[in-house]
Amino acid sequence: MAMSMDRRGFLKTSLLGCSAAASPFLTPVSFAAAPWDARLVVIILRGAMDGLDAVQPWGAPEYAGYRPGMPRPGDASGPLDLGGFYAMHGALAPLKPMWDKGELGFVQAVSTPYRNKRSHFDGQDILEAGAMVNGQPVRDGWLNRMLQGVPGIEADTAYAVGRSDMLLMRGDAPVANWAPGSDIGGWSAQGMRLLEQVMHDDPLFRDALDEAELLSDADQADQDPETMTGGMMNMTEMSAPAKKAAPTGGHRAIARYAGERLRGDSRIAAFSLNGWDTHAGQKAALSRALGRLSDVIEDLKSSTGPVVWGKTAVVVMTEFGRTVRLNGTRGTDHGTGGAMILAGGALRGGRVAGKWPGLGEAELYNRRDLMPTADVREYAAWMMRDLFGLSRGALEGTIFPGLEMSANPKLIL
Amino acid sequence: MARFDPVLADIRFGCGLSPTIASPADAAEMMTRLEGPDTIAARFEIEDFPTFGQRMLELDRIRKARGKVDKADKEAYRAIDKQYKLSRASGRKAMKTWMWRSFMRRVHTQDGLRERLAFFWADHFTAIGKGALLRRAHSPYVETAIRPHLTGYFADMLKSVVRAPLMLNALDQERSMGENSFRRAQKGASKQSRFGLNENFAREMLELHTLGVGGPYTQDDVRQLAELMTGLSYGRSGKFQYKRDYAEPGAETVLGKKYGGSSKARAGEVMEVFDDLAVHPATAAHLSRKLAVHFIGDMPDAGLVAHLEARYNETGGHLGKVIQALLEHPAAWADDRPGNIKQPVDFIGSSLRALSVMPDALDENDEKALSQILHVPLIHMGQLWGIPLGPDGWPEDDAEWITPQRLAARLQWALARPGRLKAKLPDPRGFVDVALGGRASPALEFAAKAAEDRRTGIGLILASPEFQRM
Repeated sequence: MAMSMDRRGFLKTSLLGCSAAASPFLTPVSFAAAPWDARLVVIILRGAMDGLDAVQPWGAPEYAGYRPGMPRPGDASGPLDLGGFYAMHGALAPLKPMWDKGELGFVQAVSTPYRNKRSHFDGQDILEAGAMVNGQPVRDGWLNRMLQGVPGIEADTAYAVGRSDMLLMRGDAPVANWAPGSDIGGWSAQGMRLLEQVMHDDPLFRDALDEAELLSDADQADQDPETMTGGMMNMTEMSAPAKKAAPTGGHRAIARYAGERLRGDSRIAAFSLNGWDTHAGQKAALSRALGRLSDVIEDLKSSTGPVVWGKTAVVVMTEFGRTVRLNGTRGTDHGTGGAMILAGGALRGGRVAGKWPGLGEAELYNRRDLMPTADVREYAAWMMRDLFGLSRGALEGTIFPGLEMSANPKLIL
Repeated sequence: MARFDPVLADIRFGCGLSPTIASPADAAEMMTRLEGPDTIAARFEIEDFPTFGQRMLELDRIRKARGKVDKADKEAYRAIDKQYKLSRASGRKAMKTWMWRSFMRRVHTQDGLRERLAFFWADHFTAIGKGALLRRAHSPYVETAIRPHLTGYFADMLKSVVRAPLMLNALDQERSMGENSFRRAQKGASKQSRFGLNENFAREMLELHTLGVGGPYTQDDVRQLAELMTGLSYGRSGKFQYKRDYAEPGAETVLGKKYGGSSKARAGEVMEVFDDLAVHPATAAHLSRKLAVHFIGDMPDAGLVAHLEARYNETGGHLGKVIQALLEHPAAWADDRPGNIKQPVDFIGSSLRALSVMPDALDENDEKALSQILHVPLIHMGQLWGIPLGPDGWPEDDAEWITPQRLAARLQWALARPGRLKAKLPDPRGFVDVALGGRASPALEFAAKAAEDRRTGIGLILASPEFQRM
C-alpha cells in the first residue's frame, strides 16, 4: 500500500481540487441496500505473515528454543499474555482493549489446501480464488462468488479498496474498486461526453469510466471541508509532508475510506496490506507490519462508528505461515500452517480458536512448518453463514467448492 | 494470412508512432537495427552499475564517518548527517533523470523493439533493491546486467543477472551462508547468527526466472540450488564477489544432476547450473508463452507460442533468433481487436513519442517537474518506476491496468500533461492520424474535430481505447 496517499496528500496533487464534482451530467449514485445489515471486511496480508510470531504459543515447551533472542512475555514491548498458553505480538498492544471486550480474536494453525511449493503468488491466488480445478486456482474470487448468489447486489454493495486489484473480489458480481484520492481530473462536461462516446464500444474502458465517474463524484462529495482548506493548490506535486505520509499513511486512508463506505450502504470491503515477507530481521520488520495492521483495525472501528462496528466482522488472512525455526538471517522462510486475525463488534472474540498441533519435531509439517489442523476457508465460511445467513449448500458448493464445514466455531455473536 | 504491417510494427513491437521517425519497412529492418549498435543508449546515457557502485561506496563511507562522530557534538553531527542525507538524495534525483532519459529513448529511437525488450526482460528479472540507495538502482542494473544481452543467449543474460548485485540484494542471496560453510565453522555458528541459508533467490530462480510456476522441480531442488548458490555475493562498491568461505561444501544435486563438489568451491562451477536451467524445455515453454503474452495478448495464438518454443529449443535459447521467430509468424501481425492494453510506461512513452517531445522540453535535473509529469502519474496508474509489488513483476492481465482509479489517472495525464511538454499542442485533426496511423474509430475521428480546444482534443486521442491498446 506504499503507493497510496492520504486524502490531504491527494488534494495537493490533484489537478483541479474539487471541481470535478460539479460536472452537471454525473448520475447521482443510487444506493441500494443488500438483503442483510451485517458488514464484512476481508484483509489479505501479502507476503505470508508469521502466525507463530503474531500469536505466540509460549505454552508449548519447544517454542522458546525455536525462537532464540526474540522478545519474551514480560519484556518491555514484548508479547502480551492472552490467558496462559498464547501471547500476542507486542506491536498489537493497541488492540488489547478490543481483546478484553471480545472484539479481537485469533485462529491458530490454519492454511489453504496449498502445500509444499510455498510460492507467494500461487499461495495468494489459491487463498483469494478459494477453489482449485485441476490444481489451478479458479479465475474468480470467493468473495465475488458469494455476492453472485445474493439478489439485489448493486455496484456499491462491495468495495475493493486501494490501488492494487484483488483476485478475491474479481468475478461476475458488481464490485466497486476505488482508491481514496483518485480523480478523473479537469475534463469539461463537453469533453466528458466525447470521452464517453470514444469509449462506448470498448467494454473494458466504458465500464471503468462509468465507475470512475460515479466514484469520483461520491469521493468528492465526502470531502471534509476542513481538510479542503489550503488543499486547493493547482498542479503541484506531492508536498514534502504528503510524500512522507505516503508510505506510512496510505494504509490508514484506505481503512478510513472502507469504514466510511461501510457506515453508509456498503456491506463488504476488501483490501490488502504488504510487508509480511520477513526473510531477514523479522523482529523489526514484523513489528512494522503488525503496527500498520493495528492502525487499520483501530481506524476501521473509529470510522464505522459504534453502531456499524457492532455489526462488523473483520477477517485477516494470509497465504501461508512461515517456518517454525528462525533462519540464519534472523527471519523465517515460507512455511505452511499460519494464523488468522479476527476483529469487529460482531465477533465473539477474546479467544484463540483452532486445534493446536504441537511443536515437537514429529508434530511439524515436513519437520519444518506448523502443521495445519484446519482449512482457513472453513472459518471464513462459518462466519459468512452466521453474518449473512448463507446456506451450507451455497458455501460448500459454490463459494468454496469442495470445502467440508465441520463444527461451527461460533465466532459471530 | 496476416503479414508485416509497418504501423502495427511500431504500435505492437515498438514504442508507438512518431510524426518524424518512419516506421520500419519490414521485419528484416527491425532485426538489423535490433542487432546493430545501441545508438540511442549512447545518445541518452544512463549510468552503468559500476558507476552506481561508487555511490554505494561513498554513502557507506559517510555513514561510517557519521558513526564515529559523537552525537553530543551537535554541530558536527548535524554537518555529517546533512552530508549523508544529500548523498542519499542524489540517488533519488538521479533515478528520476534516468527515468526521463529512458522515456527520451522511447521517443527518439528508430529501434523501438530494443526498448520494449529491455523493459520486458527487466520485468522478467525484477530486482527491488533494499535500502535508500539500492532502491534507486533499477536503471543502472538494467543498463549493465540486461540490456547488452537482448539478442544473445538467454543463458548469458541469466548468468549476468545472477551476478548482479541488485538482484543478489533483492532476493537476500548476499546473506545466504551454507550451514557447513568454512566461515560458520571457523567463527562458530552463534557469532554468525545473522547469516544462514536463504532459499529466496533459488526459489525465484526456478519459479520465476527459468522453469516457471508448476515446473518440474521439488522443494528439495530449491534447497539444493540454494546450497549451491551460497557464496554469490557482492562487495561494498557493488561489485560481484564469490565468497568461497560462505559456500556450502560438497556437491549439490539439482534436477537430478550433480554440480560443484571440487575441493575448492568456484563461481564457475555454480554457473553451470544456470547454463542447464536456461536450455531446459520447461524454460523454453515458460519464456515463449510469456513473450507472446507480453507482445501479442493475454490469450496468444497457440501456434505462435509453439513456433517460439521450437526456435528456442533448436537454438539453445538464442533470444535474437526467438525474436526473429516472433516477427516472422503470421499471428504476430493479425490485427485482432481489441489489442493488448499498454502498460503505463508504454502509454506515457507512446504519448510522448506521438507528440515528439524534445529532450529539452524540461530540465532533466528538475526533480519536481519530473515527479509531477511522470513519476507521480505513473504511481497513480499503478506502475511505480522500476518497483513492482513483488519479484514476479508487473501483471500482464489487461483488466489489472484499466480499473476505475487507474483509468482516472490516465485521463488526468492525457488532458493535463501534454501541454506542459509542448509549447504548442498539435492540431487534433492531424494528430489523430499521427498517433493512430489510420486506426481511429469514426467516434474518435468525430471527437477529435468536435473537441472545444486543442488540449481536450489531444486528451481524447490519447485517452481513446484504440490508442491505449497496442
